[in-house]
Amino acid sequence: MDSLSVEHLVGIEDLTKKDIEIIFKTADAFKEVINRPIKKVPSLRDITIANLFFENSTRTRLSFELAEKRMSADIVNFSASSSSLKKGETLIDTVNNILAMKIDMVVMRHPVPGAAKFLSERVDAKIINAGDGTHEHPTQALLDAYSIRERLGSVKGKKVVIIGDIIHSRVALSNIYCLQKLGAEVMVCGPTTLIPKYIDKLGVKVENSLQKALGWCDVANVLRIQLERQDIKYFPSLREYSMQYCLTKSMIDNLSKEIVIMHPGPINRGVEITTDVADSQQAIILDQVENGVAIRMSVIYLLASKINRE
Amino acid sequence: MILNSKHFELTINRLCYQLIEIHNDFSNTVLIGLQPRGVNLLTRVKKRLEKILEKKVVCGKLDITFYRDDFRRRESTLIPSTTNIDFVIESKNVVLMDDVLYTGRTIRSGLDAMLAFGRPKKVELLTLVDRRFTRDLPIQADYVGKTVDTLVSERVAVEWEEIEGEDKVVLFTPDLDG
Repeated sequence: MDSLSVEHLVGIEDLTKKDIEIIFKTADAFKEVINRPIKKVPSLRDITIANLFFENSTRTRLSFELAEKRMSADIVNFSASSSSLKKGETLIDTVNNILAMKIDMVVMRHPVPGAAKFLSERVDAKIINAGDGTHEHPTQALLDAYSIRERLGSVKGKKVVIIGDIIHSRVALSNIYCLQKLGAEVMVCGPTTLIPKYIDKLGVKVENSLQKALGWCDVANVLRIQLERQDIKYFPSLREYSMQYCLTKSMIDNLSKEIVIMHPGPINRGVEITTDVADSQQAIILDQVENGVAIRMSVIYLLASKINRE
Repeated sequence: MILNSKHFELTINRLCYQLIEIHNDFSNTVLIGLQPRGVNLLTRVKKRLEKILEKKVVCGKLDITFYRDDFRRRESTLIPSTTNIDFVIESKNVVLMDDVLYTGRTIRSGLDAMLAFGRPKKVELLTLVDRRFTRDLPIQADYVGKTVDTLVSERVAVEWEEIEGEDKVVLFTPDLDG
């Protein structure tokens, strides 16, 4: 009845609108829980979760860990730098070895697109994708949409522009799927070299001028330039990029309406967004982080309820 | 039919006066309704009490979904309702409320959930319908609207004017032939 239609959270692409609504409704309840004096509930006390991070992460890993602990799950952590991967073990072997220790759920970040899907088809545990290369980052998109819903009342009919390094961004792709499923209009904005060639096939608008994009939108989601994923030069210099695409206070002040500013972090102040914008009343960057814990609790809870103990 | 709308009102009235007998002016007492249907009872009792006492009574709603012991033993996922307790229950007298007391498992979860908001001085339980002889746990109510003896195969439903259109308590007995 009110269960998710999926067994794993690999990407937003697989979710229905109803799934997203169930996740939001459950997150509402968890948001109340994490604001209590005692922030812990016993729902998952017999569940063990492995957090496998094959790629660096601070906030996502902390957020998942907190979400798991707030629901009393047992957790084990693993990061690529200290693993046997360097000894030549395959992903499947690594994960199956971990599962042999009776793990119910795996939260995984991996540099290769499709890694989470690959795993979900081959191992006997619930998989949550915490970012797979340049493919998807579903919980980030869910918390972004949830934060828009919280600030503006609903996502439906809102105009959202995603600014910056679209081509390397899993956040952008997941956001496009999620926002469109909830009935928002989506635009991407950035230099042509950082926008995927066929992105218009997803039904999004493309705009090169930041000023025009800001004039159109209700919400601006600013992304970081992912230098670590850029093996060739996509623009002449970071300084030139920021001269054209850095969100500044004067740009925001010149608009006829007040827009909501978002950023998935980590922020490079002065590159894609200036300090006064990032710290302004219009920015909901820290709300996004708080909502991240509630959203992740919700997703873990809903998937855990599908684990059969009989 | 166990209670019709006339008896329903009388019963709520009686429960209110019983509460006043023990808790006087409610200066150190709070009422907590269990989501979802204990909240209907809470709303009704609160309204009546405030009319009698001519003062506000502190009330909260408590959702017990995350504290249930049947998580993952059901076919569908349990989706939570809202919790709204904007006070601390430390050293307070607490009256928990639910519409039907059956196995006692909901109340067990409720007691657990409540402790996240402090350590109360004393906790009591008020229920509109007590299904006797069906308890799985050693839990009894302090204030009972109506006691009924039922079979496990039967179902008791409390209906509210605000939701179903009429105040009543109904007992459904399954068709033995079917």
